[in-house]
This record gives sequence, structure tokens and C-alpha cells, in this order.
Amino acid sequence: MTSAQDASQGVSIPHLLARNAAQFGDRPAYREKEFGIWQSWTWSETASEIEALALGLLSLGVAPGDHVAIIGRNRPALYWSMVAVQCVGAVPVPLYQDAVVEEMTYVLEHCGARFVIAGDQEQVDKVLEVKGATTVIEHIVYFDKRGLRKYDHTAMTSLSDVQAQGRNASDEMVKTMQSRRDGLGSDDTCVMLYTSGTTGKPKGVVLSNRNVIETAQNSSNFDTLGPGEEVLAYLPMAWVGDFIFSIGQAYWTGFCVNCPESAATMQSDLREIGPTYFFAPPAIFESHLTQVMIRMEDASRFKRWMFHMFMDHARRVGPAILDGASVGLWDRLKYALGNVMVYGPLKNTLGMSRIRVGYTAGEAIGPELFDFYRSLGINLKQLYGQTEATVFITQQPDGQVRSDTVGVPSPGVEIKIAESGEVYYRSPGTFQSYFKNPESTASTKDAEGWVATGDAGFIEEATGHLRIIDRIKDVARMSDGSMFAPKYVENKLKFYPNVLEAVVFGAGRDRCCAFINIDLTAVGNWAERNNIAYSSYQELSQHPQVLEMIEGHVNAVNASVAQDEMLSGCQIHRFLVLHKELDADDGELTRTKKVRRAVIAEKFNDLIEALYSDAPEVTTETEVTYEDGRKGTIRATLSIRDGDVFPKLEAVA
Amino acid sequence: MMLENQTLAPSDGYVTADGRQIGGVMMDLRNITLRFGGVEAIKDISFDIREGEIRAIIGPNGAGKSSMLNVISGFYVPQEGEVWFNGAKRPPTKPYQVARQGIARTFQNIALFEGMSVLDNVMTGRLRQMSSGLFSQALWWGKAQTEEVENRAAVERIIDFLEIQSIRKTPVGRLPYGLKKRVELARALAAEPHLLLLDEPMAGMNVEEKEDMSRFILDVNDEFGTTIALIEHDMGVVMDLSDRVVVMDYGRKIGDGTPEEVRNNEAVIDAYLGVSHD
Repeated sequence: MTSAQDASQGVSIPHLLARNAAQFGDRPAYREKEFGIWQSWTWSETASEIEALALGLLSLGVAPGDHVAIIGRNRPALYWSMVAVQCVGAVPVPLYQDAVVEEMTYVLEHCGARFVIAGDQEQVDKVLEVKGATTVIEHIVYFDKRGLRKYDHTAMTSLSDVQAQGRNASDEMVKTMQSRRDGLGSDDTCVMLYTSGTTGKPKGVVLSNRNVIETAQNSSNFDTLGPGEEVLAYLPMAWVGDFIFSIGQAYWTGFCVNCPESAATMQSDLREIGPTYFFAPPAIFESHLTQVMIRMEDASRFKRWMFHMFMDHARRVGPAILDGASVGLWDRLKYALGNVMVYGPLKNTLGMSRIRVGYTAGEAIGPELFDFYRSLGINLKQLYGQTEATVFITQQPDGQVRSDTVGVPSPGVEIKIAESGEVYYRSPGTFQSYFKNPESTASTKDAEGWVATGDAGFIEEATGHLRIIDRIKDVARMSDGSMFAPKYVENKLKFYPNVLEAVVFGAGRDRCCAFINIDLTAVGNWAERNNIAYSSYQELSQHPQVLEMIEGHVNAVNASVAQDEMLSGCQIHRFLVLHKELDADDGELTRTKKVRRAVIAEKFNDLIEALYSDAPEVTTETEVTYEDGRKGTIRATLSIRDGDVFPKLEAVA
Repeated sequence: MMLENQTLAPSDGYVTADGRQIGGVMMDLRNITLRFGGVEAIKDISFDIREGEIRAIIGPNGAGKSSMLNVISGFYVPQEGEVWFNGAKRPPTKPYQVARQGIARTFQNIALFEGMSVLDNVMTGRLRQMSSGLFSQALWWGKAQTEEVENRAAVERIIDFLEIQSIRKTPVGRLPYGLKKRVELARALAAEPHLLLLDEPMAGMNVEEKEDMSRFILDVNDEFGTTIALIEHDMGVVMDLSDRVVVMDYGRKIGDGTPEEVRNNEAVIDAYLGVSHD
């Protein structure tokens, strides 16, 4: 890093902005595609936009310490809003744009925001609905004017008008803003982010300037990120990852943040920008892969043959080449040819030609999925983190990337494993507190600063890499005492495009059994190609050939699970394919599509009992909720199949 | 929209409940009668469309609604009656001449170029704004070039407005029905019409698509100040969207007024409930 980037110059994001405007004045800071053309703003333009906005907010009456809620899709103006809010000494609180009114009410009430900056009419409507009752919202600033012309503007202003007001601000105002901005210290709050609230109400995680900037500095050094990086900002602004990548690291290193034209154009915008630094949850990588596979099925026979031949080769030697391991000359030549014929064009289509550092996190990624991207030569790595840690807990250094670990502790992070197997960490990014919730703060973070993650894991002695097993509350023992970690097996199953969801049971039992949900897109596509007629999801799910196919997947997963010394007991002995898709409307999944084990186990108790008996099939009746809220029941007879179980490997002493 | 307490002043327009200023008469149809051989599709109908309003034409199947729209768009020339547009009596005209006067339309059955991309389809709506010669266009030189850039910018604004960025380069033939309808609206808007005619813009759509389309229609009227005349079957949509409604049945006008007035009109209720005609 250059000398200008030492920490003394950057105690806050606004300080870093001033530095970037001076140092990289002409370089692009933001791009956004609008009207079909990429518009860009340099760092010095960004600085003046933000200053105007900050002065405007000041004249609206934003006070130091205020929480200002920011809601909308990733757009430069909303990123500027966050920094402008900081410039006047207030705290930005980005909210999830797809939150429904009730969720938004809770958060706006809890943070006590007097000012809300909303992206468009949709968000303004939601805020207006919330306004009044129990919230103290005084004024709404909106960005996209569309449809808002007729609204009552006594307590509402467009962002451009706020900026115009700011540009005409008096010298006195400018002085006030400057003194607030320059007075920001390392321990002042940088941002407050709400956790998604999988268990109970969302909690407001308070992060200081030091948390954000030190973490950004450490992680940028870790991957040698420089001002030339390009990122695509498409993940929710309320999510800590986006805040760190698109603001923390972007302001620290001075790289350019690109905003897509709309949520639906993300894929083509990705291709046009070709980011060098990319982040996505496993689901995004998975859907891209499924698209590729389905399109390959439509390709001519020669192309299919070429694709599979080279992909097989890539799977064999690609990851080794990426890691710089020794690979024979012939294999290297064949890989180079494959790069011209298949990998290069494929990466280009995926928009991943230029990726230097790619991360996946949020959920465990299937090893086969992970290896697919690595084998193409994309430097995809894993990291493990959470909001309370300002993202980073562990990450994988280049050359030490494996699908089954989440890497070594990030710079400055200490890790310990408690008796219970739970992972604890302490780091410069450790959050300050949960807002207005001292009890939760105390139960999560102890006096010495150690934070409980809620995940069970262990550190591999040979490599020092952390391996996460499962949520601590889901990990259990089987009746013979061996470890049971359902998610590990479920993830392996879910890698198959045909499997949408899997739920594995086995806690306290002598063997594991599973429910499988087929993916209607993939299996339906397959059925069409094989002339298999079906009239409903239920019928397709019970088709003998579908069961045959799923059985093949289960056997392959068992073979792979058997390789793992700790978890080889988790092989699936019997399984059935569910007659309905697990659905959040029926309470079987959370809104973020995570499986709710307890609910499923209770609801389908008869099916579980049948799995643990010798019955070849089971008849069941299930209540379902339709989209309009009506309820009905479906009756089905499900056949139960056995998986091939492989002998346990003896633990190596 | 609440329209009960609007004030109707025949000469210079009125103000709607939500504060929109509706102007004077833009199109006046006087005693229109349209016959196909012995069949009278439209029988002596008169009504007007005012500047800036959303005017709906409703009625049961076969009532003559589409014929009425075709008279407005100049496709049919009525045997009797007069069409007054912008204060002048319109002589029998060709549809392209009507288009030049600033009237654009969408069709009940989608009429797009299936093999062309969305962008190119919308671009065809700009034809009226293009004047460079064949030679210059073929070489994409001089005037043709500047014209293309200007028109593309205008088209992009419409694409943004109707939120169809993600399908900009997709051939229309590959799109689902609801999106095709939206592309058709985009093409009509590309012509920058003063009067936009929509023939059943919501037919065959699901609830969500209808909501989207309703929002776009209101936004078009609001943002561009475009006057809109639409035919629609979905009564809920008509009542929510329109400022004034004409009701037709068997080629006759049986009602005209605000949605509220029309809803309580005895003849209209009969027509929709299917009371026998003698």
C-alpha cells in the first residue's frame, strides 16, 4: 500500500472520500447504466455530489447522532446518501428494499429515524404507510421522481432538490458541515446494519469507523486489492457484505463501484463490466451453472461432446493449475486448448473473464459447484463471516483454496473453539453493540471481546484452516455416538440441479434418512427431453424414472460422504421424494429459503416414521396454503427407496 | 380515484379530484354511424375526448367498441357523422395521415414484428420522427447518424419508463404475452402521441400484469400528459383508471359520464346483466 493510505488519514469514510478526491480525482468512482449507457462519476465529482447532498441534509435539519434510514436498490445516489449522512455526523441505516411494511415498521420504530432516504415510489409508499403511527419520521427524501409528482410535498423532497438546496448553502452552513465532518473519530458509529433475523426480531448491529476501516484495510491487503478493481454492486445495500465491499473497501482502495441498470439486467451488466473482484452467495453461482447446463443440452452434438470432454479435463487439472501446483506438460497443453475452445468463451458469457478474486459466503457451497468454477480458472474462494464481525472471520489465501474449509483467520482475527464446539472470534471488526439491546450484546460478546458465532466447527491441525460443520443447534449425535450434521449431506445433494431441497434426519437414530424436493425446472426439462408425460408436480415427483435418477444422486452422495472420517455415519439409508415443494407460505422454509427442520419434522412425522420402518411406500395427506391464502389438502402415496451405503472408513489414528 | 365531486365545465375542461387539470375538447365525435353492408356497427354515437384525460369505452362483446376506436384512428371512415380533431373537422384520411397528427395505438391482437428485437420494434415507432433519405440511411452517414442517436435516446427513455431494460435485445417472438403487450405500448409511446388509443391493453393478463399495466397507463398520462382512450373489459380496472366512461351496447351509446355515474346507470346495469332486448 502507498504511504498515503496509512490509517491516520482515514479515520472515517468522509475522510477517505476527501483523500480519494485528491489522489484519484479523475478516476471513476461510480458507474451506473442508465438509458442503456454506462454513466460514470469520478472521485472528484462524487465528492462534490456528496457535499451538496450533505449540505442539503443539514438544511433539512439532520442532527448529529440521528439515524437516517436508506432504502432502495443499489444506485450511486443512495451510496452517496450514506456518506453524506456521515458527513453531517448522523448514522446511515440501510434497510432491505424487499422488506414488507410490517418488517419495515419494526426497524424504523426501533432505530427512531426522523429522516428516510428512499429510492423510488414503491419505497416511499411503504414509508408513508409506516409514517405516523409509532414512528417519528419527519421527512422523506426520494431519488426517482417517477410517479411522485402528485404526492403531498410538505414533508417530502426529491434528492436533486435537496442537493440544489445544498449547493446554495450559506458559508455558515458549510462551516457547520465541515466541523461535523472533520470531527468524526475512529470510535464514532459508522453505520448501523440490521441482521436478517432468522431467529426472532432483527437486531441493529452498531459498527464504528474503526471496525469498518480497519477491516477494509486488512482485507484489501489480504487480496492486494488496488484502485484498479471493478466491482458490481448488486447485493442488498442493507447487507453488511455490500457495505464493506462497495463502501469500506471501495473508499479504502479507491476502486470503482458499478451499479446495474435494474435487478433483472444483472447478468448482462455483469458481462459488460467484467468485474475483477466479485462476490456472490452460492445460490447465484448455482443458478448460473444450471443455466449453462440447460443451454448445453440444446447445443449440437459436437459442441456437447467438446464441452464435456474439456470440462472433465478441467475438473481434473484446473484447480491444480490455479493453485500453482505441478501439472504435466500434456495436461497443461490440453487445458490451454480447452481455454480457447470452452473455458474462455464460457467465462465470458458468465461475465467472469476478468475475475482476480471472487468470494462466496453466506452458506456452505457444494464442493462440486465450487470446483466447477475453480476448474475454469476463476479464483473463487470462500470466506466465513457475519455482520457482528464486519464480515471477515476467516478467508482463504490464494493457493490454499478448498471447498470443505472456510480458510484461515483473516488478518487481525483471533479464533477459539469452545468446549461445545462453537466457534468464537475476536477482531478489530468486532461490533460495538446491538442497538437498544444490552442483554443480547452481553450474551453474544463477553467482557474480553470474544463473540459467539452460533456455528459449530473445528480447526484442522495440519493446515490451520477452519471447518464449519453446521449451526450448533442442528448438530447432534446419532445413536452410536457418531456426529450428525445434516447440512453437510444436504448441501452435497443440493448440488445436483435436479435436487431443489433436501432435509436429512438422523439425530438420535441409528441411521440417516432424507426427504428430497425435485427442482421442477431441471426435472421438467429433463422429462420433456425424455418424452415423459406428467400432469402435476406430484406425479412427476413419483415417476419411477425420476426416483431412479434421484437414487443415483443419493448413492453418489453416500460414496462421497463415506470418504469423510467424521461424518461417514451420515450416509442416507432410505429416502423419499416429497409430493410438494417446501414453501415459506406453509412455514416449512424461512423467507430467506432456509429449511425449518422442527416444523418439517413435526408436519411430516408420518413420513419420517415410514422411512424408519420397512414399508416400501407411504400414503399421506398434507395441508397446503395457496398463494391467495386458501388452504387445501393433497393426498399422495410416496414410494420409499433405499440408498447404497458404503462401509465406514476407520478413523486414521 | 375519487371523481364524484369533479366540476364539469363543457367549454374549458375540469379539474379531477386528484388535482389534474383536464383541458378542452381534443377529439369530438358527432353523430357517427358506421355500416358494414347491412350491419350497423355504430349507430349515431356522439362523445368527446378532452385534453389530458383517460377516457374509457366499455361494453359487452360485439358492442362496436373496436370499430369506434378504428373510426378514431382513421382506419374506418364512417358513413355518417363528423370527426372533429383539435378544433377542425377531419376529412376522410388514411391511417398514416392520422398517425402524423399525433395519434398512436396498440392492438387487441398483438401486432409486433416477432423476429425483431424489442429495441428495433420500439424504434419503428419513431418512423414519424425520421426524415433522412434512403441513401443516407443505407450508408449510415450524416443526417441518418445524428437522427439515429437522437431517436435511440428517446427510445431508451421509454424502455426505462416501462422497465423493459432486461429484454432490450430479446427478439419479441420469445417474450411472454404480458411483456409483448408492454412492448406494444412502448412502440406506441415512441411516436410521442398526443392521443393514445389502447385496444384492450389488459386482455389475457393475470392480476399482477394488470396492476403493472394500470400503473404504466396512469404514469404515461401523468408524466407525458398524454390523452388516453382505452377499451377494456375488466370493470375494476376501468373504474379505477378512467376519468370518464362511454358505454356502448349493440352499436348504441347507452351511457356516458364519470365511473360513478356509469356504475349507477340503469341501462348499463341491464346491458351487463344481460336483460333481454326486444
